[in-house]
Amino acid sequence: MSGVSGVRPDAAAIALQEAVEFIWLEADLLDSQDYTTWLGLWTAEGRYVIPIERSGDDHADRLNVVYDDRFMREARVQRLQSGLSMSASPSARTVRTVSRFRALGERDGATRVRCAQHLVEYKYDRTRTLAADVSYRLVRAPVGSGAGILLDEKVVRLINSDDALFGMGYLL
Amino acid sequence: MTLQPVLPALDYGAFVREDRVHTSLYVDPAIFEAEMDKIFANTWVWVAHESEIPAPGNFKTAHVGRQPVIVTRDPDGRVHVLLNRCRHRAGSVCEQRQGKASVFVCPYHGWSYDLTGRLRGVPHASGYDQSFDKKEFPLVSLRVEQYAGLIFATLRPDIQSLDAYLGRAKKWLDLFMKQGAGYGIKAGGAHRFRFNGNWKIQLENTTDAYHFPIVHRSFLTSLDDETEQTFDVLGQGGWVEDLGNGHSVMVMIPDRVDLEQNLDAPIPERFQALADTLAREHPPEQVRRIVRAVGGSGFNVNLFPNIACSMAFFRVLRPIAVDETEITHMVITMDGGPPAANRARLRLHEHFQGPMGFGSPDDAEGWERVQRGAAAGKDLWVMLNRGKERDVSAETGMRAAYQMWKRMMTA
Repeated sequence: MSGVSGVRPDAAAIALQEAVEFIWLEADLLDSQDYTTWLGLWTAEGRYVIPIERSGDDHADRLNVVYDDRFMREARVQRLQSGLSMSASPSARTVRTVSRFRALGERDGATRVRCAQHLVEYKYDRTRTLAADVSYRLVRAPVGSGAGILLDEKVVRLINSDDALFGMGYLL
Repeated sequence: MTLQPVLPALDYGAFVREDRVHTSLYVDPAIFEAEMDKIFANTWVWVAHESEIPAPGNFKTAHVGRQPVIVTRDPDGRVHVLLNRCRHRAGSVCEQRQGKASVFVCPYHGWSYDLTGRLRGVPHASGYDQSFDKKEFPLVSLRVEQYAGLIFATLRPDIQSLDAYLGRAKKWLDLFMKQGAGYGIKAGGAHRFRFNGNWKIQLENTTDAYHFPIVHRSFLTSLDDETEQTFDVLGQGGWVEDLGNGHSVMVMIPDRVDLEQNLDAPIPERFQALADTLAREHPPEQVRRIVRAVGGSGFNVNLFPNIACSMAFFRVLRPIAVDETEITHMVITMDGGPPAANRARLRLHEHFQGPMGFGSPDDAEGWERVQRGAAAGKDLWVMLNRGKERDVSAETGMRAAYQMWKRMMTA
């Protein structure tokens, strides 16, 4: 079971450097396709979103590329690891760089950070690039849970999200 | 002297037999060029759903083959399909995917056109001599006809009506639109993606039940047992029918052909929470009708050459090059319907469709593998000989589409 519930409004704020290190860890887990560990980075209520429309924060009533609650995240990881999906077995290889971090402040015990992500993928003699603005809502894990920081929301706004994309057998 | 290189005329008919087509149809750029003229510039091509341009002033951009067009609704509510090309020096006059406007202005020299395509304004008009007449330079207007909310255009003023062209497919379009559950059908957003393969590989796929349990095993295993049973598309007594003019229908879930029947069947477990929510504001019969519609139709109607009404969405294909195709999967919601039901439709669509859905990336990978494999063997054929009557995995729909291809390419 992944995900730890509960936000600690009394916890110390997450410093930008801590957030950056956490986001780099996440990027490394995704490039190395250690999806099981990645699932453990989330709160139980955490939401993973890749919208089609870049503007706005209301994703529930619009069509998205990804709009995952915990159940769909786990199903997605299971699919990618199942060996039954030809786009994921093997998937394209990916290398991503995350930078241009900016702290957007604290609210209700959660820290918001925005950054830029450049991802390069390779498969079938073809190398392609995907750029995105990524925003995170991060919280401190409950004391004694063994986890440090947790993902409560991740929204990946691709630079070309409303244009024709291509099939992706990995996670952004 | 001719400016075109002289190519030997291809005998297109020889590439299509009853039970197979030659691989050249996927890989030969000359055949692709001919298809753009003989098929896409020569028949009814789908360009919009009426809900995408609901009010006067609304427009969207689309393509007829490779030609960019603007689909507009004029102040009188009439729909126009206009080539997106200024009559002065060919600049595109609109680069928005969708929007509202009263005029399209070419950014190069400022020629402006109204929603019917009429040339309204020409800056510094005194630089033209007296014979210059704005009436001679409207945006080129295509012939437009509609059926069941689907808007089609053609570059041919003289071909048969859309009604006649759709023929026996119309009955299935009427059934498909029942998933509005009494509300209107609304195209509520779309996934768009490209793959490196010929457009006909996608055309075939919408009438290919054979691949479903194999390519989409990882989708099927992500479902609860009851839903997995529903998507056992080969095991429910489905069938494929040739509807004429290259159109076909593939019925995968016979129980879901008519969404206004079997309304007293039990509500599937996965929709129970939705039904409970709807029950707060709707009488029981209406709850059942909406929930049944949320699950989508049990069939795909494939319309030659570029649209399919596929279970719960519109699938549109756009040929880019002989080995590149763009696919749009438009989600269907109920216009003004209950938000909870529409949210369920959105989530179901995201589950399978789109560049990171549980289904589409595997389809796209499969189609690219076809294009890569088609580079091998100059004299090999693509087999379409599977199946008989009343077999959902029969390649009947593909055979129908290729017979239409042959008819149009050899006309």
